[in-house]
Amino acid sequence: MEFAELIKTPRVDNVVLHRPFYPAVEGTLCLTGHHLILSSRQDNTEELWLLHSNIDAIDKRFVGPLGTIIVKCKDFRIIQLDIPGMEECLNIASSIEALSTLDSITLMYPFFYRPMFEVIEDGWHSFLPEQEFELYSSATSEWRLSYVNKEFAVCPSYPPIVIVPKSIDDEALRKVATFRHGGRFPILSYYHKKNGMVIMRSGQPLTGTNGRRCKEDEKLINATLRAGKRGYIIDTRSLNVAQQARAKGGGFEQEAHYPQWRRIHKSIERYHILQESLIKLVEACNDQTHNMDRWLSKLESSNWLTHIKEILTTACLAAQCIDREGASILIHGTEGTDSTLQVTSLAQIILEPRSRTIRGFEALIEREWLQAGHPFQQRCAQSAYCNSKQKWESPVFLLFLDCVWQILRQFPCSFEFNENFLIMLFEHSYASQFGTFLGNNESERCKLKLQQKTMSLWSWVNRPSELSKFTNPLFEANNLVIWPSVAPQSLQLWEGIFLRWNRSSKYLDEAYEEMVNIIDYNKELQAKVNILRRQLAELETEDGIQESP
Amino acid sequence: MEHIRTPKVENVRLVDRISSKKAALGTLYLTATHVIFVENATDTRKETWILHSQISTIEKQATTATGCPLLIRCKNFQLLQLIIPQERDCHDVYISLIRLTRPVKYEELYCFSFNPKLDKEEREQGWMLIDLSEEYKRMGLPNNYWQLSDVNRDYRVCDSYPTELYVPKSATAHIIVGSSKFRSRRRFPALSYYYKDNHASICRSSQPLSGFSARCLEDEQMLQAIRKANPGSDFIYVVDTRPKLNAMANRAAGKGYENEDNYSNIKFQFIGIENIHVMRNSLQKMLEVCELKSPSMSDFLWGLENSGWLRHIKAIMDAGLFIAKAVSEEGASVLVHCSDGWDRTAQVCSVASLLLDPHYRTLQGFMVLIEKDWISFGHKFNHRYGNLDGDPKEISPVIDQFIECVWQLMEQFPCAFEFNERFLIHIQHHIYSCQFGNFLCNSQKERRELKIQERTYSLWAHLWKNRADYLNPLFRADHSQTRGTLPLSTTPCNFMYKFWSGMYNRFEKGLQPRQSVTDYLMAVKEETQQLEEELEALEERLEKIQKVQLNHSKVKSKPSEPSKHSGFSTSDNSAANTPQDYCGNIKSFPSRSPSQGDEDSALILTQDNLKSSDPDLSANSDQESGVEDLSCRSPSGGECAPSEDSGKDRDSDEAVFLTA
Repeated sequence: MEFAELIKTPRVDNVVLHRPFYPAVEGTLCLTGHHLILSSRQDNTEELWLLHSNIDAIDKRFVGPLGTIIVKCKDFRIIQLDIPGMEECLNIASSIEALSTLDSITLMYPFFYRPMFEVIEDGWHSFLPEQEFELYSSATSEWRLSYVNKEFAVCPSYPPIVIVPKSIDDEALRKVATFRHGGRFPILSYYHKKNGMVIMRSGQPLTGTNGRRCKEDEKLINATLRAGKRGYIIDTRSLNVAQQARAKGGGFEQEAHYPQWRRIHKSIERYHILQESLIKLVEACNDQTHNMDRWLSKLESSNWLTHIKEILTTACLAAQCIDREGASILIHGTEGTDSTLQVTSLAQIILEPRSRTIRGFEALIEREWLQAGHPFQQRCAQSAYCNSKQKWESPVFLLFLDCVWQILRQFPCSFEFNENFLIMLFEHSYASQFGTFLGNNESERCKLKLQQKTMSLWSWVNRPSELSKFTNPLFEANNLVIWPSVAPQSLQLWEGIFLRWNRSSKYLDEAYEEMVNIIDYNKELQAKVNILRRQLAELETEDGIQESP
Repeated sequence: MEHIRTPKVENVRLVDRISSKKAALGTLYLTATHVIFVENATDTRKETWILHSQISTIEKQATTATGCPLLIRCKNFQLLQLIIPQERDCHDVYISLIRLTRPVKYEELYCFSFNPKLDKEEREQGWMLIDLSEEYKRMGLPNNYWQLSDVNRDYRVCDSYPTELYVPKSATAHIIVGSSKFRSRRRFPALSYYYKDNHASICRSSQPLSGFSARCLEDEQMLQAIRKANPGSDFIYVVDTRPKLNAMANRAAGKGYENEDNYSNIKFQFIGIENIHVMRNSLQKMLEVCELKSPSMSDFLWGLENSGWLRHIKAIMDAGLFIAKAVSEEGASVLVHCSDGWDRTAQVCSVASLLLDPHYRTLQGFMVLIEKDWISFGHKFNHRYGNLDGDPKEISPVIDQFIECVWQLMEQFPCAFEFNERFLIHIQHHIYSCQFGNFLCNSQKERRELKIQERTYSLWAHLWKNRADYLNPLFRADHSQTRGTLPLSTTPCNFMYKFWSGMYNRFEKGLQPRQSVTDYLMAVKEETQQLEEELEALEERLEKIQKVQLNHSKVKSKPSEPSKHSGFSTSDNSAANTPQDYCGNIKSFPSRSPSQGDEDSALILTQDNLKSSDPDLSANSDQESGVEDLSCRSPSGGECAPSEDSGKDRDSDEAVFLTA
């Protein structure tokens, strides 16, 4: 298929662009295969350069011969294009609609994008499972790498290499896989070096209504327990939901068969409930009527912050089991690809200082989201403005990022990255020139040959010039476990995401700049003082040598 | 002393509000000025001090098997739950506190016994720190249009006004007195703020006694005079800050509002800010939400909305914005009033002044602003904040709302204010503490009669002395945000008003961000200053040594000098180069450690209390900074922490997340 077929009108002159907080700009609108571009043809004027894949929905309306297209983006921005001529407007609108809903992944921009920067480090190889495992292997010999899923035959949503207890062989893993939803047998998610406790994750056990059991499964998870120790299974569904799952062949671990494990049910919402929550929240944030009461009521009824609180609370509970109770845990919901990953990754943010660094956080996303098989392609297909309401669309990853932001807000000096880093990840998970978030799991990414055909987001982000934008000037390595407050008073709406296009951030940006200046100046002085000290020391030893005889 | 039925009760438990399982065992003391709880735990002996004047309610709850619970709510939003083993003791404490917290004479208040060990001269200087006549001079007064009037000498015209007032030059004594007779409590229109740039002014008064049809020529002349004092505009705004319905109801009582037909060239405007009773109930409702034990997100947001508190804050801010815009953008003068002109009018005038004039956004300027629009113009501190036993219906968080407006602005303009959040919190604390004389009584007249300045100390001097604690590190005098009028064009939207957890949950440290950016940046700035000094010293020395080396023979003649220097320089090194030194002497690093969830918040809470009500003022100065904040400058002390948190009580933590 040629993009040209979809582009009915490639160019319209005298189009007026309206954006929040900018004066209207008149210019020429161009459609390319992947971008919507508006150029005013004046130097120093900002132009619109929008990926079609970032467009969530469009509305069009007409007043006489003047057509207007409202473009609603997946990053929640809303822009307006006034296009003279009804036919041009209709053509543009239908072209945008077609181009923003391409159904073939290989037509997406990452397959066409040619980077304009020099690749210093290929991001596709930055976080290899073997390297990640080395970080643990120095501390424990109880775990091993298994290649049982090399051909994605045992579990289609797992990566080829996983970490499992040393005492469990691949044959047993195959058996366990048949007992777990989607073949997702329990694997290591996190090893807490401080006390050797671990977080494992999996899909739900397929106990069904007649209480099927699997000796290998029991053996596998028991293999992670120290003698005489008990562990916790955190089920991210309510007991009721978990019980209902049995009718569909799913279920939960029966006490009788897992006597060394205590099961805790924490309800985290999924799928369309989260999507609806996002839609309501964004709607409330876009409503500019100045009435205080309506705002709070809309914020409340979106339930977004309730979801944040539930997820954070469960993550804190998991971290608490590990660090305070000294107990290992297994986490799963139904598939083990959504709420499970929110909890395992947030627990690591709390427990593990490394995951609060830029590199460590990237590794966490690679490990706990991409390789763990969070279906980004499905979940991030549409955002808050779309009416399609597909069951699999859900802002699971955005909720995770929001939770990280909440912790960052409470511990502003303990993260190496800043809010912009999180916003950037949100943007790229929905629309990107990079291949990192394409596909639903490693298997799909392999088939798409993303490593060969697209550029990794990390190749771009980890260049010094980009990193400086995402580095938190307040960061000072903090080796402690950080416990966030989950009280409603401590949780806030993430303005940087949700009010980003609805309020001017000028004064907050200025404050950030001021903060950077204060710290940079301090560092500059520090360096100067050090140089002078060294000079002085040298001069003085020279003096000393001269004097001593 | 005669009111203290029992000065000491042993085996009292102080309940941790967040995790009810935990309670500290200790001894409760009642003194003439404080309630003191001292924990038994021998290693800490933690003390919690509460000033009687901070206590707003005492509630005796139903006796349980463990004892008799006593709930003490404070005006600075602290909440204390004590369990006293014997019902009798509990009753005695209750009865004693009821009396102690409701003094009937000013002399019973703490400021009359509080002695910070300053001599007479220092005290007098303290009272001179904030000088309103200087402030009017700063505004550019007197000038061709405005003059100082002595019409209220000896409070002859209005006993709730100050003696020194600025009025339009064309307003004769006859006009003023005539106008005062037509205004509630004789609070005639007087100048609150003069905007040099365009001669527009903000004046304030009480409502006119217009009833349904009454007129007063002098009052009409008075408003004319205000208009004429601003040659740049041919009209003035008259802003009635009450809801229209309230103002109309007042007409039946012979009061009311200006009739546009009777006054030439006025534009009349209602701005609906609710009255003190609505505000009192609103705060009450919001505090109930804050007190909820592990509320859900919906409970909290719904409760916050239902309290209406943020809506009221927005209404006050909108009124201030309206006036600031009228003055700066339209160049029109504004007369502001409500009913008596001492609550809403004070709020609105001070918010408008703050928006217009960067001086009021400095430490000293903010003190001046409170002195001018609140203290001197007869805001009834005693009645509103219940310093002496009085009518509970008079109590209302009027100045608290103003302070919150300032905080909301600080959140939106982080570089615009010289002071930080802690400054606001401490001012709020001392409005209720009665530790300093500034906020006593209901008017200047009463304060003079009581000889406050001779018998008590000034809060302003105390805050000024400790100003290092109150600085905003992001403030720079030459920053665009700090200059001129705050940008008013962007009307603050509803979602810009946020719940102020730092104030209303301030004693629950577990709910606050665990690291303070402000304190971190202040520490960096302090270090920067040291580095600057060191750099200068090093450069000097380097120059010297280089000279000495050029002239080698001289070095030999003075061999001792270099070694002396290097000794100095190493000690200086360690001070300036390692940030660790900032927490080197802070023992309580764990306060920032993970355990903050529960247990430690109790620890901080009590330490805070101790400081905040400590009679020794020097300790009081850093109620909020202290341990937690400084340690955040350098977390490298973390090595010691894991052992600390491994000793934590697990159950309590679990309770938090499991029940949440």
